[in-house]
Amino acid sequence: MSEVLIENVRLIDPAAGLDTSGALLVREGRIADLGPALGRPEGAEVIDGAGAVLCPGLVDMRVSLGEPGHEYRGTVETAALAAAAGGITTLAALPDTDPAIDDPALVRFLIARGHETASLDVLPYGALTRGCAGEEMAELGLLRDAGAVAFGDGARAIDPARMLYLALSYSRGLGARIVQHPEEPSLASGGAATRGELATRLGLPSIPPAAEAIMVARDLRLAEITKGALHFAHVSTAEALELIRAAKARGVDVTCDTAPPYFDLNETAIGAYRTYAKLSPPLRAEADRAAVAAALADGTIDAIASDHTPRDADDKRLPFAQAAAGGVGLTTLLAVTLARVHAGEIGLAEALALLTCKPAKLLGSPAGTLAKGAAADLCLFDPDRIWQVESGKLPGKAQNTPFDGRALEGVVLGTWKNGRRVFGSPAA
Amino acid sequence: MLELAESYALLNRSGKTQRDLLRGRTLINLFFENSTRTRTSFELAGKRLGADVINMSVQTSSVAKGETLLDTAATLNAMHCDLLVVRHNLSGAPHLLSQKVDASVINAGDGTHEHPTQALLDALTIRRHLGRLEGLLVVICGDVTHSRVARSDILLLTTMGARVRVCGPATLIPPEIERMGVEVFTDVRPALEGADVVMMLRLQKERMAHGLVPSAREYFRFWGLDAAKLAWAQPHALVMHPGPINRGIEIDSAVADDIEHSVIHEQVEMGVAVRMAVLDILSRRGPGNE
Repeated sequence: MSEVLIENVRLIDPAAGLDTSGALLVREGRIADLGPALGRPEGAEVIDGAGAVLCPGLVDMRVSLGEPGHEYRGTVETAALAAAAGGITTLAALPDTDPAIDDPALVRFLIARGHETASLDVLPYGALTRGCAGEEMAELGLLRDAGAVAFGDGARAIDPARMLYLALSYSRGLGARIVQHPEEPSLASGGAATRGELATRLGLPSIPPAAEAIMVARDLRLAEITKGALHFAHVSTAEALELIRAAKARGVDVTCDTAPPYFDLNETAIGAYRTYAKLSPPLRAEADRAAVAAALADGTIDAIASDHTPRDADDKRLPFAQAAAGGVGLTTLLAVTLARVHAGEIGLAEALALLTCKPAKLLGSPAGTLAKGAAADLCLFDPDRIWQVESGKLPGKAQNTPFDGRALEGVVLGTWKNGRRVFGSPAA
Repeated sequence: MLELAESYALLNRSGKTQRDLLRGRTLINLFFENSTRTRTSFELAGKRLGADVINMSVQTSSVAKGETLLDTAATLNAMHCDLLVVRHNLSGAPHLLSQKVDASVINAGDGTHEHPTQALLDALTIRRHLGRLEGLLVVICGDVTHSRVARSDILLLTTMGARVRVCGPATLIPPEIERMGVEVFTDVRPALEGADVVMMLRLQKERMAHGLVPSAREYFRFWGLDAAKLAWAQPHALVMHPGPINRGIEIDSAVADDIEHSVIHEQVEMGVAVRMAVLDILSRRGPGNE
């Protein structure tokens, strides 16, 4: 009987409101016990946490895998390496791959690929429409049965209104959320940066920030009419967040997430055409960044997702308008989030809730908790130790981080999946 | 820079050349977009200073076949050229190239970003006619959103102390352009009042197709420069245009050819002089500078 005791740690389990010094005992891949006064069972392997934080393995609800179809950008395996280094043990994978995840066999394939890594659970999103092409609805019921956790078309906005209307109505019976990329397509298409002085000076085609709020406003009405469950991904503007805040207050079944670039960076990160800072939606003005950070603290935002989008150097070494959008984010998810904690804007436990139990609940996953009997998916980190993000030295494959050069506080010391250590040296 | 360009303008008019200055240097005109005027101007400038000039036109179709901008850069770098003049249809392309080649890179117009030598030749032309830049009122009229000339002119002329107004239909005025230090007008009349210089911009036909302007005749009616509108500017006002001209769309032929006001041909002449000055200065600094 294999037992591991991680002692001398600060245990934080946001799901249970637990924040205490103590130890955690793993037995046969599950959490056997935890608390301030835990004895050392005979024969258990003992790990000294040296006062670091031990929390549930992070749950990342928005990740693009290169697989299937664009393995040169990244695979489940390379994502697993980056995820483990970032303390992530469960991730939800977007369906706009090639082929799109519009067939039950592909859902099962991704789940199996996750299991093969032995360090990561992959929770596939199902394609809402066949091929994520926006025309015919995919077999949502069959996809759900195969294990799809929610539905959407990945980086493509669900449009026209009738398509989302039908999707919200139909999926209501399946108990799955519809995940929208909220950007009004006719306003956003061809754009490379957010509308404003910087885009004007750089001569870049721009996207008005209101393209997000316009889509959100329309979709909130559709969610109200259909009583369906709607989730907005990577929300990036003050105006959209205000609409979501108001809709929640009047009881609409709506949730949303954002990604670290939208509360840590603003449009100026583009500098002189830095394509690693080209994202979709684009980085916004400082006032929007601040509004996203505020919405983390006030509960409008339900989860922080990495929005990990691996790109090859050739996808990025192009003139800005031509370069592919997206940035990697698995390894930096925790530390960039902790920057808001260090800034005093949000408590540590609240921040961790946005990275663990809250996204898990949205996805209907049992992950993201330290409950006794739960799978021992764990993340041990030192919230104060500093490091610097360096493109070229990130674990995994793709290196297109918008945070290149950013100094961060918060280092993952160890990651465990089902009780097995998948990151960090045993000495830590 | 403008002084030096002025001296080259006089040299060019005298019919003399200075073919020893860039002897043995290689200048490549790398054009990803058609441009007879700018390419010829750089070619003449290079040749008058004695450089070996090579013109490369890269059709976007061959880029679509798979060769990227940086593949092209690597190829040119291996050929050891000294000066690389780049025209590209996308903003920032010369900046990207400059990071990957050893040659001095000169931006000959990139997307809707900038066209620095055009701004220099505009400034030189204005200065020759009005004696100064400081305190002048320059009105840039037309499709400002898609104009790299407008952006470069605004940067240069405001830096030199001129007041700049932009004017055009709201669909062709980029957001927050006033943050670049200009006044914005949609009405031509108040924009032109007191103008020392009227700079007309080219309106491309695809703007109509994309619904930014309803029709050419409507555009001409409200924003096209004719004698009646020009009368709102100062009597000595210069009429300029970066070319090529769409007669009857943004400018009336009678105004474009009015030798009392139009300096459009002189702009072309000054273009060669300015580019000679740019090549001269960059070659003094040696390779490796943008």
